[in-house]
Amino acid sequence: MIHQDSRTLLTVRGLRATVNGIEILKGIDLTVKSGEVHALMGPNGSGKSTFAKALAGHPSYTVTGGSATFDGADLFALEPEARARAGLFLGFQYPIEVPGVANSQFLRLAYNTLQAQRGKDELDPLEFDDFVREKMKLLDMSPDFLERSVNEGFSGGEKKRNEILQMALLEPRLAILDETDSGLDIDALKVVAHGVNRLAHKDNAIVLVTHYQRLLNYIVPDYVHVMDGGRIIKTGGKELALELESRGYDWVSAEYRSGARATA
Amino acid sequence: MSIAAGSRYLESLLAGRPQPPAGSLEWLNKLRAGAVERVGALTVPTTRDEDWRFTDISPLTKIPFQPLRSAAPLKPADFESHVIPEAAARLVFVDGVYAPQFSFNRSGAVVENMATVAGTQGAAMESHLGRHAEFQSNAFTALNTAFLHDGALIVVPRDTKVAAPLHLMFVATQEQTANYPRCLVVAEPGSTATVIEDHVSAQDGVYFTNAVSEIALADGAHVKHVRVQRESPQAFHVTHCAVSLSRASTFHSVGVALGARLSRYNLNVLQAGEGTACTVDGLALIGGQQLADTHSAIDHAHPHGMSRQLHKCIVGGAAHAVFNGKIVVRPGAQLTDSAQSSRNLLLTGKARVDTKPQLEIFADDVKCSHGATVGQLEAEEVFYLKSRGLSEAAARNLLTYAFGAEIIARIPAATLRQRLERSLLQHTQDS
Repeated sequence: MIHQDSRTLLTVRGLRATVNGIEILKGIDLTVKSGEVHALMGPNGSGKSTFAKALAGHPSYTVTGGSATFDGADLFALEPEARARAGLFLGFQYPIEVPGVANSQFLRLAYNTLQAQRGKDELDPLEFDDFVREKMKLLDMSPDFLERSVNEGFSGGEKKRNEILQMALLEPRLAILDETDSGLDIDALKVVAHGVNRLAHKDNAIVLVTHYQRLLNYIVPDYVHVMDGGRIIKTGGKELALELESRGYDWVSAEYRSGARATA
Repeated sequence: MSIAAGSRYLESLLAGRPQPPAGSLEWLNKLRAGAVERVGALTVPTTRDEDWRFTDISPLTKIPFQPLRSAAPLKPADFESHVIPEAAARLVFVDGVYAPQFSFNRSGAVVENMATVAGTQGAAMESHLGRHAEFQSNAFTALNTAFLHDGALIVVPRDTKVAAPLHLMFVATQEQTANYPRCLVVAEPGSTATVIEDHVSAQDGVYFTNAVSEIALADGAHVKHVRVQRESPQAFHVTHCAVSLSRASTFHSVGVALGARLSRYNLNVLQAGEGTACTVDGLALIGGQQLADTHSAIDHAHPHGMSRQLHKCIVGGAAHAVFNGKIVVRPGAQLTDSAQSSRNLLLTGKARVDTKPQLEIFADDVKCSHGATVGQLEAEEVFYLKSRGLSEAAARNLLTYAFGAEIIARIPAATLRQRLERSLLQHTQDS
């Protein structure tokens, strides 16, 4: 929700990034304020996921230009773990399986690491168990998932629920959810969307990276950005997503190209 | 090393051999005498032997180990941390010598010192001892057999099911000595048991443990076997474990190697009857200058055999792990179903692993898969954990822990499992 006394959480200016020496992001500008929900859309290969991962500090992505300020701090000067501790969260498109580590153990370790960082009390296994079970209700998750290895043998939908569960536990200021809707059937999508909506409030912000409009029926964005060729080429309100759904992406690209020619 | 020097070394180890006690059994004397003869004929293997290509045992031969002359006094505090409270029986051997004061048995199975019960359990011993762990070509097994005296004997009677683990603890206390642990497990038809074979140390010095275990499963018997090697960091350790499976029996083994400067584990499983199944899992967790070598051989000699093997090595420092996994499917062993996986994690640039699957398949209607991976921690996994706030070190430790925990989780004794999980956690945090 856009509101009056919001504060700026993220300011990205002219961001350029490469993967294996190939430039994928070619100058991105984005401002996200507290309380807002942004949708980042675009065709495959437009750079959406790269943008999300570069912000979170994925080692395969090299920032070659531009800046990102998160809550007043230079984001790119921080290690990935420091970004997380500062309140940035990336929901993975393909959550990693960690065989041999119980989900409960992992979740508690992550939770306590951030609690300690924030000067708050850590929870022992019993306390944490109660706490996490409450959060799991939000996502209609069976407590069985606590005993299983992190993401191992989880279905696509279960992995995505587990990502949102982590978001619920870590209470980030800014959550970037990378294709959280991919691989979800309609029921799972509703559950995940409901969970995200419950976690959104006026002091945090959410960036949804998505290929399809479908998710935006359930999580209504304040802004919709269209990416193509490593840039944000159009920004609009929630109605833009519907237009993209019916007309595809080509017209936006064409409009952008003609605009670029006109200014040149 | 010359062959002559090699054989002289073995004979020097034999030199202090205690004379068999008077009135002992004829078959046992013959067995020992046969082994002594083989020791005279065999040599210490070198890296020119295919079986020892990656493991240079020559540092062992530079130390004139003496057999134990008198048992050292052991205090309960020396092994307290290794006690398994849920065990139904425990036998303690100090430098290979039976320590009755620390041993007990309330399991319902025979769990005794061989030397004590050789008279009453002679039949079981005679038909199995030295019959599974052949010593004709294996110098270390011959040496152990030549020293046969004290040792753990487990006989699980027909259809008897022992739920709680039977704990065999071999404690090394004296430097510069060689000790020769020996185990014989006889699982009679339809019986069930869990045996923990635990090699521990009450010191940090140099010594040589040369152990032999034989496990014989009769028709329909089920044995779980956990073998933990946590010798002193300076020790030399060699174990030969030979398992024989009769019809419809199942064997599950988890081997964990943590200690010793140089260790070698030979595990030979023979599927000697139709429809047997074995799961053979292993973990070597080493660092510094350690070398841990596992050579396993699973011999499918009859139809409808099943085998599963997952062997993992976590190698830090300048340590060196070796795995050779031989799978034999003999002619006629149709419908064998075998899968082997060797997975290795190198934590440093100087760590090394040599892994080699060795499949010898002589039947045509079989399913045999194998695979080996050697790698470092996945950057993607490390990033995932860091993106949740974990430090680089915490993320790496957790992933290393997880890699090893998969094997430790398979140990069927809760106390031991938890304890090993803690040492794994400790290890990953130290390295």
